[in-house]
This record gives sequence, C-alpha cells and structure tokens, in this order.
Amino acid sequence: MPNKAMKVAIIGSGNIGTDLMHKLHRSNILKLTWMVGIVAESEGLRLARKLGYNTTHRGLDELMEHSDEFDIAFDATTASAHHRHADILASSGKLVIDLTPAAVGPYIVPLVNVSEHLNKTNVNLITCGGQATIPIVAAINRVAPVKYAEIVSTVASLSAGPGTRQNIDEFTETTSRGLVELGGARKGKAIIILNPADPPIIMRNTIYAQVGTDTDQQAILSSVEEMVDAVQKYVPGYRLKTSPLFDEDRVTVLLEIRGAGDYLPDYAGNLDIMTAAAVRVGEEMANHLQESPRSTQNDSQ
Amino acid sequence: MTPSKPTSMIQITDTTLRDGDHAMSHQFRVEDIRQIAAGLDRTGVPVIEVSHGDGLAGSSIQYGFSREPEEKYLQAAAEVIEKGQLAILLIPGIGTRQQLKQAAKLGAQIARIATHCTEADISEQHIKMAKDLGLSVHTFLMMAHMVQPEQLAEQACLMENYGADCVYVVDSAGTLLPEEARQRVKSLRSALSQNIEVGFHAHNNLGLSVPNTLIAIAEGAIRVDGCTCGLGAGAGNTPTEVLVAVLDKMGIETGVNLFQLMDVAEETVLPIMRHIPRIDRSSLTIGYAGVYSTFLLHAQRAAKKFNIDTRDILIELGRRKAVGGQEDMIIDVAVDLAEKST
Repeated sequence: MPNKAMKVAIIGSGNIGTDLMHKLHRSNILKLTWMVGIVAESEGLRLARKLGYNTTHRGLDELMEHSDEFDIAFDATTASAHHRHADILASSGKLVIDLTPAAVGPYIVPLVNVSEHLNKTNVNLITCGGQATIPIVAAINRVAPVKYAEIVSTVASLSAGPGTRQNIDEFTETTSRGLVELGGARKGKAIIILNPADPPIIMRNTIYAQVGTDTDQQAILSSVEEMVDAVQKYVPGYRLKTSPLFDEDRVTVLLEIRGAGDYLPDYAGNLDIMTAAAVRVGEEMANHLQESPRSTQNDSQ
Repeated sequence: MTPSKPTSMIQITDTTLRDGDHAMSHQFRVEDIRQIAAGLDRTGVPVIEVSHGDGLAGSSIQYGFSREPEEKYLQAAAEVIEKGQLAILLIPGIGTRQQLKQAAKLGAQIARIATHCTEADISEQHIKMAKDLGLSVHTFLMMAHMVQPEQLAEQACLMENYGADCVYVVDSAGTLLPEEARQRVKSLRSALSQNIEVGFHAHNNLGLSVPNTLIAIAEGAIRVDGCTCGLGAGAGNTPTEVLVAVLDKMGIETGVNLFQLMDVAEETVLPIMRHIPRIDRSSLTIGYAGVYSTFLLHAQRAAKKFNIDTRDILIELGRRKAVGGQEDMIIDVAVDLAEKST
C-alpha cells in the first residue's frame, strides 16, 4: 500500500460515474476529490456532495481550473466527449482511465495485461462484455491456443443506457477486437442481446472457444477456475454457472455476473464489472506511480 | 368488425432463403440459393430475402455456421433476381453496419432490420445507414406477443422516426391467437403515418399462419411473409404457395403466378429440404409456450445430448423469458434440467 492515497476525479455523473464513486469511496489507494457532471440537478452530483466530494456541473473545463487536485481521471461520459477530454487531460499530464468506447488509448483488462500499460497515459476498458469474457479466453489460451473465440453477452434491457443502445455496433466490434488482441484468440466474434424480462435478468455471458481436439481438458478447467477466483477478488459476483463443457474441439463456458449493488441494482453486473475494473486499474496505476518517478509517464498518447 | 378489402396489391416477401436457413441448419449450397431465387423471381414474388437465419453475420457457434460465406449467397441471388428485389435481414447486436454496407454493394435493395419487440431503439444507426445507402427499410418487431398492442405501436413509431418504410408485427413464436394478431396489426396501423406500411410475419406452430396473415391483411397489413413449402423455423412459416392460392381465391392481387410457385415449391425447394417443418410435439410446444421458433432444432440437439425431453427445455425457456438469439440459454437450461433429473 502506498504512503499517500493518489487523488482522482470522475468525469461523468451518470449511472456509471455514480457507481464508480461508491467503489472509490472504499479504496485506500485512490482518494476521490472531484465529481464532474454537466447537469446541475443530477442524482450523481447530489450524492457526491452528500459524500463530501467537490462537484461541478460545468464539465471538464471547471475541473481543469483545479488541476492540482487530481492525478488520475476516470472518464465515464461518452465516446465523443472523451475524444475532446483526452486531449485536454493529456496536455496537462494527467493519467486517464477511459470507460467509454472511444478507445483513444490501448485496451486494458485487469489480470490480463495491466502490467504492460502502467506507463501509458490513457487506457481504455473496452466493453462490459470484454471485461467479462476476455479473462476467460486468456485463461484458456494460456494452456490451449484458441483458434476462434465467440462470446454472447446478455444483459437486462434496463441496464443498457442510451449510449450503448445508439452505438450497439461498437460493442460487437470493440469486444471482438479485444478477444483477439488481449484474449489471444486468432479470431473473435461478439454478440450482444438485450433481454427486457421483469424482474431483470442477471448479466450472463457465454464463451465458446475453439481449441484443438487433443487439448488437456484438466489444464483448461484449472486455468479457467483460477481466473474466475482471481476476477472474484474485484468482482465478487463473477461466477461460473456450470463447469466448462467440452464438445469436440470446443470449450463452452457459461458465466453469470451479479453486480455488487453499490449504486446500480445487482442485476447490472455488466456495469459493475466496468466500474470494478476501473478501480482495479486505477489502483495498479497508483501503486506503479508511487514506485517509479512520474517522468516515465510520457511514452504514449 | 368486417374485414375491408385492401386497396393496393398485397406485397409478398418470400423468406425461404432466410427463415428457411434455420430449418436447413444453415447448409444451403450456393446453387440452392441460385435455383430457388431464380424460380421465385420468375413467379413474380416481389421480394426475396436471403441471409443466415439470424441475419447477416449470423454464422457462428451460437447459431450455427453457414456452409458458405454470406457474400457468395448474396451474389448468387443478386445475379438471378431480375423482376423482384433482394432483401437481407440484419439483427443489431449480431450484425453490424459493416455487413449492411457490404450487402448493399452486393446488390441488396431492401434491408430488413429486426429487434426484440421492446428494443427498437438499438436499430437507429442501422436504419439510418440503410436509408443513406438508398435501400428500402422494413423493420421487424420480433416476439410481438410479449408486449401489449399499445407498447408495440410505440416501438413501431420509434422505427418510423428512424426512417423505416414498413414495420412488421413478427410472431416469432407462432403463438399469437387470431384476436391477438388482429389487435397488434390494428394498433400499428393506427399509430403509424399512412405512408408507412405495416407487415406481418407468421410461424405455423399453432396452425394459424395463414388465418392470422389474412386477419393482418384485413387490418391493413400490405406486406406479408411466407416460405415456400413452409421451409422456416419451428413448424415453418406461412407457406407462400398456400397463401397465394388463398388470396387468389379471395380476389386479392399478389402478382404471383400460383401454378409456377407450386412448381418451385415441389420441384426446387422440396427436394433439397433436410428437415420437413411440421406441427409436431416440439414445434407445437414452441407455439404453446411462446418461445422463439428458431430454438427448435437447437433444443432437440440439447435434449438428445443431455437425455431430457425437448418440451421440458422449451417450457423452461418460456418461463425464463428467453428472447430471440439466446440460443446459449438452451445449453444452460439443459444442464440445469439434466442435473435435476439425476
């Protein structure tokens, strides 16, 4: 644990930003200072004031007037807003953890590739489906090369906001890329389904991985179970629905993610895993910063 | 109420080469596509749909891999269709605008864009792009039985706002009773602007595909779907040749040559069918429980593998309110049921 908590700000006071605020509230490594929104009467800003954080509804511009009060910014706005934010934050040397699909910086998944990107100034958390399924693909791939990975994420309609709905192609395209770039699959495909059932369904994910027919099933089982245990450390509601299934050259993994219910209801495991991953990445960055001088932080966009 | 005779010609879309793809387990040969599309086109069917059963980019482990790449299927159809129009299906969440663009380049003229009946707002990007590409857009509200007619009409209006030229009531589960079908079509017809068409797509799981289609027409649907020999998911779709015969007897114009269509059904489609969709206990259960017709063959395979009754899987899927596309939930349910039965 570092000597001194690293100061952080959240940009975006919507559902994701507010859930993230509750998680940061518990962190010993990260100290939230500012919560930034654009709607004065938003619930997120109201809750932030109640918890004693500085708030503004005048967006990033106002936050930048207090730029000495944070080192890391979490962006929970939209892809188009993030493109603008990224430039402003980069020019004042801030580290940015991007929860939008903008993908200005490299993709990052805790437990898969965080250590490779600790010296980047902007990292992107891909998608909820990516955070949920890439660890499993990587776990299979480290013991049996994955020729093709296909994932299906099913989320409650209520947990998919307008941003996701208007940009649903970004989910499939970004997640597919993540399965290859981070998961290690030679090819990837992602499908998303919204289910409006009432009461809302818990987020479910199915991962199909094509491996060889001569693979060591026991090794795959152990590797997947190990990964699930590790993810549970930061997403307690992450669990296998059943033991991985083997069929010819294919492994099928059925996952369910129940959210922690910090701000968002527990069915919204898709949002929980994003905010939990953001905190986890932020903590690792903070630890890395404490250990090494700040001047090493400039080698990427 | 007295059904009024439609004022304009009823426009038939034959979806043998898309909905039938489910019943074919995605094993159409390129030559099958060419022969059937050419045959249908000669009969005067105005719209011929060609895609993976789950739409563009549907070829997957989840839904089944297509025998050939979709470009080849679309090319083959585009080459032979002369009088009619080539349509494709796109389900946002599965296919993307990238495939839509490619399909337009390959000659598709109509984009059929489908969402679950409550999720119309995920189709905005795709509808707009299809319009920008110069395509006509017919949208699908799938599993239309799962919401009330008023809610369905609200979703239809969203699609109209995005640019749809026609909105379909889609009875994906083949479960709508005649009165339920009537209310839904009526609700859309009165909510949408007059220049926006209403369509109806049926499955025959309860034996109601033709009667419900007639009711839809009486309530103002202009576009109706069928599959030659009923080759489609579940117990199959409205058999196009039967529908054309009935409409002809009723004096309703379709512009399709009935006897030529019978020949296509009998001589071109029937010989290549791998599975004859019919109302058996499994497909009847689909209609009875109101689950996605496409689940049929997937559920039968899972039942065999886990040694359980297909109907138990289907009933449980209905109870869990699975929506279209959730084929992975079939495995999930089968595992649960198999555990319970041991």
